[in-house]
Amino acid sequence: MKLLVCIKQVPDLESRFKPDAAGTWYNEADLAFRMNEYDEYAVEQAVQLREKLGEGTELTVLSIGPDRVVEAIKKSLAMGCDNAAHIQDPAASGKDPWQIASIIAAYAKDKGFDIVFTGMQSQDRGSAQVGVTVAELLGFACTTTIVGFDYDNGTITAKRELEGGIKGIVKLKTPALVTCQLGLNIPRYPTLPNIMKAKKKEITVIPVAELLATEALAATTSFHPPAKKGGGIVLEGDVGELVDKVIAILKDKTAVLR
Amino acid sequence: MKTLLIGEYREGKLLDSTYELFGFASQLNADTAMLLVGSEAQLPAYGGALYLADAASCGEYNPDLHKQLILEAVQKESPDYIVFLHSSYGWDLAPRIAASLNIAQISEVIAATDGGFEVGCCNAKMRRTVKASSATAVLTIQAGAFPAVQPGGSPTVQNLAVVIGGALEFVGYEPAEKKDVDLAKAEIIVSAGRGVGKKDNITVIQALATALGGELGASRPVVDAEWVSHSHQVGTTGQTVSPKLYVACGISGAIQHLAGMKKSDFILAINKDKDAPIGEIADVLVVADVMQFVPALTAKVAR
Ligand SMILES: Cc1cc2nc3c(=O)[nH]c(=O)nc-3n(C[C@H](O)[C@H](O)[C@H](O)COP(=O)(O)OP(=O)(O)OC[C@H]3O[C@@H](n4cnc5c(N)ncnc54)[C@H](O)[C@@H]3O)c2cc1C
Repeated sequence: MKLLVCIKQVPDLESRFKPDAAGTWYNEADLAFRMNEYDEYAVEQAVQLREKLGEGTELTVLSIGPDRVVEAIKKSLAMGCDNAAHIQDPAASGKDPWQIASIIAAYAKDKGFDIVFTGMQSQDRGSAQVGVTVAELLGFACTTTIVGFDYDNGTITAKRELEGGIKGIVKLKTPALVTCQLGLNIPRYPTLPNIMKAKKKEITVIPVAELLATEALAATTSFHPPAKKGGGIVLEGDVGELVDKVIAILKDKTAVLR
Repeated sequence: MKTLLIGEYREGKLLDSTYELFGFASQLNADTAMLLVGSEAQLPAYGGALYLADAASCGEYNPDLHKQLILEAVQKESPDYIVFLHSSYGWDLAPRIAASLNIAQISEVIAATDGGFEVGCCNAKMRRTVKASSATAVLTIQAGAFPAVQPGGSPTVQNLAVVIGGALEFVGYEPAEKKDVDLAKAEIIVSAGRGVGKKDNITVIQALATALGGELGASRPVVDAEWVSHSHQVGTTGQTVSPKLYVACGISGAIQHLAGMKKSDFILAINKDKDAPIGEIADVLVVADVMQFVPALTAKVAR
């Protein structure tokens, strides 16, 4: 069997974001990058399946982006992916989800993948489009937001998370694509021996121009902070003083402290 | 301008969130038609055109088949926008429609602006304005971003013929887990977010909850990491709460968390990041390390 997991590298979301020169995305200077959280669940699920199926199964991890994304690729290899495709694109952040999906589909189309795993969305863009669009382009069966996954003999049984904690159970035949939700599993930390082993795994570098054949369908015209609504009080300073201020406010504004 | 709105129906019922689509359309001043895979017995209170397919025969979740039905309605209506809710139903179907028609999709719209749409990004910390280059576009709108509007009346129903097929087999629903705490009744909730750092620190948050006579709540990552059980989770996939006092400790304020607690009477947030989106709805934002501030507050409250 052939498995593919698609990952994105995103900035630490606790960072401060400033617009870039064009004012259409964030300025990358001073940002620390890591693997998109949703994708960690996708990698873990793919690796678990890879381990269950054993010999004869090959798991490839793919990431589109500038050279910094190799860090996230290496982490996936250390988690247990067999090899990697780095689709080298310094301008990936300017592409819309349609182009990103088209690039992945162009890479995957002749490779005979049976199951593709993606995160349900990225933490920075949050469009939740790429996985489903890849499935459409490849003609794969697809389900989204999964919190449970099982595979047996050509059939995936997935548990989708719906609103309010209800789940929907679906079966789909491979070839199929699933988008992974937080809590699907507990992603492993790569161990030192596995980090060392991963250094020998192959990373194929493909310039994006070889795969990109579509124009963007949507364009970002501005990236900016939300308009401040105001109203709330912001308190800063010495912890002791903060505690006194908060207690005074709670006594004044709520009926819970007297 | 014309919109084709895609209504939602689950477990035999029209979902109330469907009316938010009308709220959105009325802000655009757009003409509307709706498509619903639902039932004759659960029609929306709306006097316009309704393309209806029977969920009993089409399945409530059968994206390939629902896609065919939507594409049929799109052909008849030629809408400018095909509008879904950004929900487990909408984000699953919308990209299929956009890809089939080779048109843009703009996800999780929170407002319409001059010729474009405003969407959140970077975990709700920032915004983007997005414009479609295609003449028609697929939109998903953020839950709760637009008011629910009941236009009233009864629809002119056009039944859609049911095509058979689809690559998925829907097995059934699994009900939400039984809760061991009912946060909906709590007057005070003190919630732990990822910012508390590690499982051992939950006791510190629990201590404040106890000192205040309240319950422990949690954001999703804290539940996913198994630091506390799911019954404490607040948000779209947890419980919806409206206590007199909600204390958010190390919680960034993602939309899915806010949806579960924004109706609280008073919100106190403790976060080391002054720009955390929780600050947008908090009555008081204390910029501090939770592990320093919370024990100090607990000590004073307990006294
Ligand atoms: C379909 C779907 C459904 C979801 N349902 C839910 C749901 O029901 N409930 C829910 O909560 N989430 C839900 N989520 C997840 C949601 O999008 C966020 O990922 C989640 O709410 C983030 O939790 P958090 O704020 O605890 O963590 P983070 O976003 O990681 O934020 C941690 C915060 O802690 C602060 N911090 C860090 N260290 C400290 C410190 N020492 N002192 C003070 N502050 C500190 C940081 O500044 C940051 O603001 C859902 C997501 C999806 C896609």
